[in-house]
Amino acid sequence: MAKSSSVLIKRYTASDRFNHWFVAITFILLALSGLALFHPAFFFLTHLLGGGTWTRILHPFIGVVMFAGFAGMMLRFWKLNYITDNDRKWMKQIVDVLANRHEKLLPVGHYNAGQKYLFWTMVVCIPLLLITGVLMWQPYFAPLVPIVVARLAVLLHAVAAFVIIAGIIVHIYAGTMWVKGSMRAMTRGTVTHAWAKHHHAAWCDEVSKRDK
Amino acid sequence: MALQTLDIQRRSATTTPSPSVRQTTEVAKLIDISKCIGCKACQTACMEWNDIRDEVGSNAGTYDNPRDLTENSWTVMRYSEVEVEQGKLEWLIRKDGCMHCADPGCLKACPSPGAIIQHSNGIVDFQQEHCIGCGYCIAGCPFNVPRISKKDNKAYKCTLCSDRVGVGMEPACVKTCPTGAIVFGSKEDMIQHAEERVVDLKERGYGKAGLYDPQGVGGTHVMYVLQHADQPELYHGLPKDPAISPMVSLWKGVTKPLMSLALGVVALAGFFHFVTVGPTETHDEEEEV
Repeated sequence: MAKSSSVLIKRYTASDRFNHWFVAITFILLALSGLALFHPAFFFLTHLLGGGTWTRILHPFIGVVMFAGFAGMMLRFWKLNYITDNDRKWMKQIVDVLANRHEKLLPVGHYNAGQKYLFWTMVVCIPLLLITGVLMWQPYFAPLVPIVVARLAVLLHAVAAFVIIAGIIVHIYAGTMWVKGSMRAMTRGTVTHAWAKHHHAAWCDEVSKRDK
Repeated sequence: MALQTLDIQRRSATTTPSPSVRQTTEVAKLIDISKCIGCKACQTACMEWNDIRDEVGSNAGTYDNPRDLTENSWTVMRYSEVEVEQGKLEWLIRKDGCMHCADPGCLKACPSPGAIIQHSNGIVDFQQEHCIGCGYCIAGCPFNVPRISKKDNKAYKCTLCSDRVGVGMEPACVKTCPTGAIVFGSKEDMIQHAEERVVDLKERGYGKAGLYDPQGVGGTHVMYVLQHADQPELYHGLPKDPAISPMVSLWKGVTKPLMSLALGVVALAGFFHFVTVGPTETHDEEEEV
């Protein structure tokens, strides 16, 4: 075991990591400032961006910046997220996944089905958030939008934001607390061979074969 | 309009009671369209009392001037030429502005605590110093009334002269109306007065005359006497049965607490997963930092 732990496998390039954290930082700012305007219980979060008015001013600009960043991630990781039959099986075994019974699961490739579905959820939600966000953007675009459209936009914006925030909470939990050894993939770019073998066996074999 | 007060019935984005020890009488402004001559004295009085001036606009070929409500024009006369009976032209002139709904869509939509308040007398008032300029009130309003200023990005609309009413005076438009088409008093008295007017109009041949106090928004504190109450749309598109849009109700109704709760549950589920099932670790502790 000591041997496999000393071998590091490259998982993300510096550019991948920059892109991820760029989106992550903007996402956190957007989620907190957006929640602030969603429910009064979160209104205190407007202080994060300097008050209610500043929140209203900055949130949409940050949103556009995040979209640009996410577009980069979309291009980078699109092909790695195609859903396969193995992924469907993985989803059916979600109880085993949650119970950490990895021995019962099929070998996972670069991403597991949970990661892939999160990716596709973001692929749907982020452009939807951009479009609905532009429609409600004061004072630039909202005045041009018919009220009926504005009502649909605010509702869809809230729903899409809810879905994506819930998804990202799971993502953060899995990456920082649940699956030990994952964090370094996004901070240092490498994972241990043991980690790769354990969580992404098919990818691990593929990388080992390629490198030989 | 900001006014320190103790009679706040409802306050935007606020989940605890607001200062409400003082109970005031429910008031209403009644606009009798059959008596309106379209002189626009009310528009002028509104500008004068509130001390704001709109830009001089251009003539669009109608008497409507300004053409629409703006952040500076909180009330405008809407002129509609209609033929309800063939060959009988009628000029219906409606004083447009905030209806002061009992169930205000603007207040429901507003995310900023205290930017919109509803007094116990029924007046719905914007508190611009708390307004963040998001425009949600526009999406919430069933009557398309609030306007955001291009100068300061705050929302403005008719205050029903809350500052005058608060000290026992009638709104400026009421005081100035030369024909008595606009009257003001307790909502009860105004409904009674309207009923008398409706009887009179029916005697004069307006069989469908009636009071416009739409129940879809819980009734309003600005009401109309209409000659053709069966067709309010004739009056520059006055909605027949206005209500807060289902999309707004969904957005600021059930989804708001449910989604907030669900996010909390997701986060808690993560925590409890961690302390019950625990993390998955690969076998080399020294690497797992």
